[in-house]
Amino acid sequence: MPQTFHLKKGFNIPLAGRALLSEHEISQPDSFAVKPSDFKGLVQPKLLVSVGENVKAGDPLFFDKGSEEVLFVAPVSGEISEIIRGERRKIIEIRILADKEIDYKAFQKQTKTDINNLTRAEAIAALTAGGIWPSFIQRPFGVLANPSDEPSAIYISAFDSNPCAPDMAYLLRGKEGVFQLGIAILNKLAKGNIHVNLDSSEIPSVFSSLEEVNINKFSGPHPAGNVGVQIHHIKPIGKNDKVWTIDPLSVARIGTLFMEGIYDASKLVAITGSEIIHPHYVKTYSGACLDKLVAENFKKTNARFISGNVLSGENVGVRGYLGHFHNQIAVIPEGDEEEFLGWMLPSFEKLSFHKAFGLFSFLIPKKEKVLDTNTNGEQRNFTISGAFEKILPMDILPTYLFKSIISNDYDEMEALGIYEVIEEDVALCEYIDVSKNDIQAIVREGIELIRNS
Amino acid sequence: MKLLQNLFDSIKPHVEKGAKYEKLHTLYEGHRTIFFKPSLTTGPTGVQVKDAADLKRVMFTVIVALIPCLLFGMWNVGHQHFLATGVVDATFISKFLLGAGQVLPILIVSYGVGLGVEFTFCVIRNHPIEEGFLVTGILIPLVMPATIPLWQVAMATAFGVFIAKEVFGGTGMNILNVALTSRAFLYFAYPSQIAGDMVWTYLGDQVAVDGFSGATLLSYGAAAAANGTEMMAGLGGHWYAGMFDFWNLFLGVIPGSIGETSVLMCLIGATILVLTGVGSWKIILSVFGGAWVMGMIYNLAGTNSFMLMPAHYHLVVGGLAFGAVFMATDPVSAAQTETGKWIYGFMIGVLTVIIRISNPAYPEGIMLAILFMNVFAPLIDYYVVEAHKKRRLKRATI
Repeated sequence: MPQTFHLKKGFNIPLAGRALLSEHEISQPDSFAVKPSDFKGLVQPKLLVSVGENVKAGDPLFFDKGSEEVLFVAPVSGEISEIIRGERRKIIEIRILADKEIDYKAFQKQTKTDINNLTRAEAIAALTAGGIWPSFIQRPFGVLANPSDEPSAIYISAFDSNPCAPDMAYLLRGKEGVFQLGIAILNKLAKGNIHVNLDSSEIPSVFSSLEEVNINKFSGPHPAGNVGVQIHHIKPIGKNDKVWTIDPLSVARIGTLFMEGIYDASKLVAITGSEIIHPHYVKTYSGACLDKLVAENFKKTNARFISGNVLSGENVGVRGYLGHFHNQIAVIPEGDEEEFLGWMLPSFEKLSFHKAFGLFSFLIPKKEKVLDTNTNGEQRNFTISGAFEKILPMDILPTYLFKSIISNDYDEMEALGIYEVIEEDVALCEYIDVSKNDIQAIVREGIELIRNS
Repeated sequence: MKLLQNLFDSIKPHVEKGAKYEKLHTLYEGHRTIFFKPSLTTGPTGVQVKDAADLKRVMFTVIVALIPCLLFGMWNVGHQHFLATGVVDATFISKFLLGAGQVLPILIVSYGVGLGVEFTFCVIRNHPIEEGFLVTGILIPLVMPATIPLWQVAMATAFGVFIAKEVFGGTGMNILNVALTSRAFLYFAYPSQIAGDMVWTYLGDQVAVDGFSGATLLSYGAAAAANGTEMMAGLGGHWYAGMFDFWNLFLGVIPGSIGETSVLMCLIGATILVLTGVGSWKIILSVFGGAWVMGMIYNLAGTNSFMLMPAHYHLVVGGLAFGAVFMATDPVSAAQTETGKWIYGFMIGVLTVIIRISNPAYPEGIMLAILFMNVFAPLIDYYVVEAHKKRRLKRATI
């Protein structure tokens, strides 16, 4: 019997351009990239390939100095075309010119009985070698999980509540078998403590016949789909706890790795946002260049191309690359224009969580809105109290937590709940902040302070 | 619009970094952002879209909520003037115009001096012009009597903005409510122009009618307590019959500071603040609650007739309503935690009534009560946050 949690706080952003549940054929991009910055908590990535080398899908590209057995692998086969470096030779992107037909590196296929007899150590070895491991994220801190840790539980959020988020069950279409197998492997890592968290609607078929998992249901507005919020309600973590999280698609990839012996980086990506002509799903691979994914499917305006959703995604540009954890592209108008008396004129179109003078969007909360990237005001000191507290469905005092981070007060950060949040959990706070502070950046700074203390 | 944009664009090269007037850059930006919402966009990471509300709009909401008090105050200044000078057939328009003639100069001085200090600091410290003073600039005139000399308004505003706000680092960093600090400055520096019976009614060069007294109900109470007379019974002999009836007090057709007299107008403002979520209903409600409870306690303990004044009168006299709605709810100087807001508001109400009744030197207590609780708000929050931390710790170790 699933346990149900009713969350009241939060805010759904009715962004225009939600993808229809239909898959559209595209010609695959030539260029793919793996970005070390997608993975938090890396010490120093060390390259294993050089420009001009040919790789198969699943061949290692780099490892991290912090945990050398964890390999970061190529999503597709092809030639390493470029390695982009930033300041102090930091690796920004490893680009691959993809083959027309993907050539997969062969990992060991395992039968049902093999898997039953697999030990924990063997499972971890297969996952780290097979390139899946970087999808395991440790809480606290939201960083790459350490294979030598023993987590008390593994949490999977099986729905996404972000603006225009993809439908998770649709992303996993036809992957029921491998998903179940992935869950079986996870049970080797944290026996009996696998949590699959669903929204309050009917359980989709891919999750309905799972064995050996705890099903939890969450109702309420965004951020109910954030795994950090879910952990907070299921079993909050303190400083001595370690749990892992993993996204559903990576669970299915685990299944594919063991069943078919390949690293399958294919994924459906929701093409969303108001500047997209036909919002739909396309099939591609992790790290795809955005240009072919959106092709001619966007309005010719001054638009921003975001890998991920509009709350925690990244502005990569139309020639940028899809992030490892992203199943969504959002294309929205740039808001780099002044608006005469824009801070004062009444409007039904401007979306606001607040009901301040002239902002009437709350009267029609369901109506889809076209939102641009304008900050709608300048940065100020924190001034208004009580708003963050109304939107974060956690037993945390967000204003005090943020202030403790700003003042580098380690004890306060710890006592006020820095272990329970990562950037995405406070993204809505950043959205609604009338003082326009970069709260996600503040929280990451706090996490890094505590981690390195 | 294009014309205005072009005008700003033509000024821009002169105030950019390295140009002759680069120090005035923040002033330039500040003025441009009043006419145009800036073209700033979100960063490459973090949220890509932001809420439509900003601090300007929030502050503007408070100004909108203050307008009923301001307009009523203008009318009431004129109305009280004609009452006191025995003109019975004055029209609504003439009352309003006479009041406006008294109030507008105070408003202009308040904004002029306050913005002057604000701009000076922006230029010296190179920080953006903050919106806080938009509200402070209208609050200051509303808590002054209409007879206040303009130079005192200028002194008080400069003192408030400088000492209460800028030395702490600007809007959002101040500990005390800026408008009340300004008023407190006058109260202690120049008491004869802001306290007593003669300052509340603007007479001009006219002579008051026979028997006129400008005393407020609270000074009647204080006098009754001092002389051992019956306060409520004595009201029947007031020079203007019905002046201190409960509903007249509620409507605010009485002498007092410009914007504070009408509870009705304050409640309209409160409705705007609460519906828009800008003001905390918890604070407003608990100030009224605290005052009423303390009034009841005095009623029970009553040893003089002022103590026996019905507790609900405390809610409609003096500046309690105005203070509760517009001063106590100032989000910067109030308690920030939700539990803290209840305690903070309640204590303001209690202290106001204690000062009113038990302190013979100060007939009205809301100003000092709010300033006092401003100082204590961080302490209240500290204990609320400590309790929160303890609860979190317990929960995490289960």
